[in-house]
Amino acid sequence: MGCREVVKIENLNFSWDNSVLSLEDVFLTIHDCEMVCIVGPNGGGKTTLLYLMLGLIKPNSGTVKILNEFPDKARRRIGYMPQYLKLDLQFPVNVMDVVLMGRLRHGFWGRYSRADREIAERVLDEMSIAELARRPFAELSGGQRQRVLIARALACEPEILLLDEPTANIDPGFQEQFYEKLRELRKRMSVVIVSHDIGFVSSEIDTVVCVNRHVAVHKSSEMTPEAISDIYGHRIKMIDHQHDLTPQHLKQHHKLHHIGERDD
Amino acid sequence: MIDFFSSLNSPALSFLKYAFLIGIFGSVSFGIIGTYIVTKRIASIAGAVSHCILAGIGAAIFFRQQFGLAWLHPIYGSVVAALLSAIIIGLVSMYTKQREDTVIGAIWAVGMATGLLFLAGTTGYVDIDAYLFGNILLVSRDDFIMTLVLNLIVIVPSLLFFNNFMAVCFDEQFAELRGLRTKLTYMSLLCMVALTVVLMVSVIGIILVLALLTLPAAVAGHFTKRLWPMMVLSAILCAIFTTGGLTMSYHANLPSAPLIAALAGAAYLMTIIVFAVIRRIKQRSNNFRNLDLEELRKDTFSSFFDSGVS
Repeated sequence: MGCREVVKIENLNFSWDNSVLSLEDVFLTIHDCEMVCIVGPNGGGKTTLLYLMLGLIKPNSGTVKILNEFPDKARRRIGYMPQYLKLDLQFPVNVMDVVLMGRLRHGFWGRYSRADREIAERVLDEMSIAELARRPFAELSGGQRQRVLIARALACEPEILLLDEPTANIDPGFQEQFYEKLRELRKRMSVVIVSHDIGFVSSEIDTVVCVNRHVAVHKSSEMTPEAISDIYGHRIKMIDHQHDLTPQHLKQHHKLHHIGERDD
Repeated sequence: MIDFFSSLNSPALSFLKYAFLIGIFGSVSFGIIGTYIVTKRIASIAGAVSHCILAGIGAAIFFRQQFGLAWLHPIYGSVVAALLSAIIIGLVSMYTKQREDTVIGAIWAVGMATGLLFLAGTTGYVDIDAYLFGNILLVSRDDFIMTLVLNLIVIVPSLLFFNNFMAVCFDEQFAELRGLRTKLTYMSLLCMVALTVVLMVSVIGIILVLALLTLPAAVAGHFTKRLWPMMVLSAILCAIFTTGGLTMSYHANLPSAPLIAALAGAAYLMTIIVFAVIRRIKQRSNNFRNLDLEELRKDTFSSFFDSGVS
């Protein structure tokens, strides 16, 4: 297949405190023709893996290559959406200010050009939040903030889109729209999603990367209850998420799902 | 009032004129940097830096006397001490695993102690109060020129790199991923905080300067939810507080620094109260609007029947 390698991790070990390994013996290759979802329990190393791919931390041993470059070289080709809960929601910025941050220049100098503004307006339009442009970021709902941050990631005009927990806090009405959007986006760029919610493993995802200290790669068609409980280390209830369910049903399912997860 | 304006021009009272000019020009830097301090939540760093200035002042006076260095104006010591403490705090918070607030507290107190020791070692009388709380009687033309210079050093970069500073303050990680040198940017911001603190020492002193750095921006934050209008508004408020405080101090024959700080504090308190009242009123009218009478009647009936059955 004419697929490009976008992420190539070989022989990687990482530890935050030099005693306990958070990630051990990781081999992972992601191609740009697949949509990948990274799943695993909280504390299993998803975020660590993400930070390694972004070059925010360095592996103790092994290599990470993004688009055949080291992550700190390639990071400007990645559009990253963090979880909005990590941001200071009282900070006085409006939606346009936030999205324009995706157009920040290399180095120390920082002015936005007319082209930058046009790109920002285009991605706002694409996420169907053009009418929010002048609204303060602090006054938005959780789902709206999420969309603004995805728009900011798109404003980087990335080759890889990296979304950290995009379905958390999203309003059910937008969920279906969001899948639709992903379907469109993956034609232009490779999409990697991180989610603690295995329910996200939907028909859209081709490859599931399971992270719990070790990393295992599955084709989403191979995902079975046994495979998942192997990763989570305990028995969990599996519910097949059909996306033609109504939002209320989905919510109900998620609830069951989480109850099941806690029950060892 | 006419009397007051004519004394502004009187050569015998030139200190008054310069105090006003320092207040007005300095307000531009205070508005910009104060907004960063409030939104980035680094008021405690600004507090530590301002108290460290006493170490610089003490050292400058001590060495001037010991070695007869007549050119060694205390303000040079202030600038060095402020920058040094800002850089130390910045480095500690970036590269070590120490608790940041502990380090800030330590630098705060040790800076002050160093200053007091230097001043104790200086023979003759030194008016410490003038540095702690400002003394406009001592404000000279040199102080004004120094303020203008520092003002330029702070304002020019904060305008040129506005977008970068905003990005680093809002989401440092994302800014780094965009290729911004975030550590350098943050360090420059801390240095600009340091210079701003020094800027008005002669008028407000090093203890009460924190009021003038944080309160105008805190008030402005209630009126606008964007960064640059917040800066403009807090600069205007800062100018109002300093000129208001100085005018009051001239008329009431009271020290100016406490009046300026009290004025800023009163404005802040009033803003909080007014906005709390407005929010309460809005909430109440919203609740009333949302009250669907039909719904209410149904609820009352059903609960009545429910209780009847059980």
